Amino acid sequence: MLTIKNLHAEVDGKEILKGIDLEIRKGEVHAIMGPNGSGKSSLASVLAGRENYTVTQGEVNFDGKDLLELSPEDRAREGMFLAFQYPVEIPGVSNINFLKTALNEIRAYKGLPAMEAKEFLKLTKEKQQLVEFNANLMNRSLNEGFSGGEKKRNEILQLAMLDPKLGILDETDSGLDIDALRIVAGGVNKLRGPEKSFLVITHYQRLLDYIVPDFVHVLYNGRIVKTGTKELALELEEKGYDWLKEAEVHV
Amino acid sequence: MTSDITTPFYQYILDGGNGLTPKEDVLYGVRQDALARFRTLGLPDLKTEAWRYTNIQRVLKEQPFVLQQQALPVTAAQLAPAFIPELSCYRAVLVNGHLQPELSELPAAKDITISKLSEATQQKGFKTFFDKHPHLADQPFAALNTALFADGLFIELKANAVLDKPLHIIHVYTLTQHAFLQPRHLWIAHPHASATVIESTLGLHNDAVAFVNSVNEVVLEENAELWHYNIQNAVQNSRYVNQTAARQETYSRYHHYNFALPQATMIRNNTSVALTGSYTETDLHGLYLANGNQHVDNHTFVDHLVPHCNSNELYKGVLLDTANSVFTGRIHVHQDAQKTNAFQQNNNLLLSEKATINSQPQLEIYADDVKCSHGFTVGQFSDESLFYLRSRGIGAEAAKHLLVNAFAFDITDQVHIPALQHYLTEEIRTVISN
Repeated sequence: MLTIKNLHAEVDGKEILKGIDLEIRKGEVHAIMGPNGSGKSSLASVLAGRENYTVTQGEVNFDGKDLLELSPEDRAREGMFLAFQYPVEIPGVSNINFLKTALNEIRAYKGLPAMEAKEFLKLTKEKQQLVEFNANLMNRSLNEGFSGGEKKRNEILQLAMLDPKLGILDETDSGLDIDALRIVAGGVNKLRGPEKSFLVITHYQRLLDYIVPDFVHVLYNGRIVKTGTKELALELEEKGYDWLKEAEVHV
Repeated sequence: MTSDITTPFYQYILDGGNGLTPKEDVLYGVRQDALARFRTLGLPDLKTEAWRYTNIQRVLKEQPFVLQQQALPVTAAQLAPAFIPELSCYRAVLVNGHLQPELSELPAAKDITISKLSEATQQKGFKTFFDKHPHLADQPFAALNTALFADGLFIELKANAVLDKPLHIIHVYTLTQHAFLQPRHLWIAHPHASATVIESTLGLHNDAVAFVNSVNEVVLEENAELWHYNIQNAVQNSRYVNQTAARQETYSRYHHYNFALPQATMIRNNTSVALTGSYTETDLHGLYLANGNQHVDNHTFVDHLVPHCNSNELYKGVLLDTANSVFTGRIHVHQDAQKTNAFQQNNNLLLSEKATINSQPQLEIYADDVKCSHGFTVGQFSDESLFYLRSRGIGAEAAKHLLVNAFAFDITDQVHIPALQHYLTEEIRTVISN
């Protein structure tokens, strides 16, 4: 599904990713943990195609395509979805119109006709329930005046609607209370399946109690310094990151 | 009569404008006074404060103009593209400023009088209000219009009349040679009358340049209400100086919307309202969407003469390519005009590094118990918003369109007729996608 080889990237001339190797197969859930500034969100940004990042080395293959050659919109159309750490507020663009536009652009890319209004409403309703999204928010401007929890639920709602092959959750848990966390994680769990993969980026182990990963990677100073199973997350929770930092010095 | 508007024409006016207004014209005296006024005021140049960002003399000197152009035949098929889809409306079609009843669908005469202005000179409304608006007195182009206008539209809504459908006025211009045209309109809404009027343009002149110097006096008597939409969607060879001068009596409500769209090379709007009665409501809403080499200049003036009036002004601009725009918003609150609420806002979105905006609020407040505010912003697309939309599969062009629509939403959302709102949104889409 996603193969990252020796990925180096910089922003404003400063190297942030210093050789990432990662393989995510169909249906797998991978978690990336790491201290602040280790490059977790940068990795998500590079994968989604944020323009201020420059890839200097390495390659990324996404389901047979050279990901780095694709525009951000084509990455989305090929089935990649980034749930933002800080979802953007756009006054004047209604949530529902935004979703419809996005869905139909992706369908058009795949050679499918625009979705019928009735079908779209049915799908919206079904996916809203998945994340217990307040229907009143659908006609409001995109994320404008939404609470932190509502914004994150909206990200998962979009993920559910657009049905990607790979969902990247960039610190979706940050700023969420335990109830909102449970709802967001519950939504993601319902979307899991043999065809869908997830890359869950988080600073805290807490989220991984709810979204149980197949693999946990620790990112430090732009590199994956350790890979393990879900037990690694627990170990990190207990010991912190310092022992890894020391380990990295010896590498 | 044929005359150039370049130096010989200007000189011609200065020399007295002999023969421009025939002595047998019922308005001979009025026109002679206006000519004299124009001679005193002169053509504005870049040293004239109100014209410092719009080089009108250069525009006038680009080519020689004839001063009159009779209506040329226009077919129904030529007219059809000017219709607003799904809009159920009455229709008044003017060709070069002359009303064409056979192309129009006018409402029944029991509620409203619609005629050529030239045929209304004996009407009481004409005698009371024509050329009486206080804001026209110091405007050289208004004086020129009064002196030289051939015709225009006279609308009189009778007391208590409520027009059941909007009236769509289509200004058609079709020329055989470059022409300087001066349509002149007078609209009167008598007490408690209400109507919606939509103006738009259909340019059928290809190579010939139309310089349209129009004046529209709008009168709202007590408790009258008027929604006035002016859609400036002209063709490339058009230049506009457009004066809309409204006056409002007690309890009247005037909602004015100006949409300056491509492709006229120059648009100058003087939109002004004199509040002569208390407890009035005034909305001045404008959207200017300019591309190419367009120059769009909006001068607005809200004149609070009496207490307890509310005015709310919002102008938003989206500028592409090398477009150039000017916004000057004047609010004058006279000493007697206590309890005035006057708000003004001008927001701009620059989508090109070569586009420019000059914006200046002019607030003159002589009363001490008022609420007034003004604000100005200029911005660009937020890269973060654009990336967010693209990361959801929305292409860069579609994303820009969504964001422009979002910016224009404050104005388009106020349009109270769904078909018109849809039409304007589509017009915006067309401009942005090109």
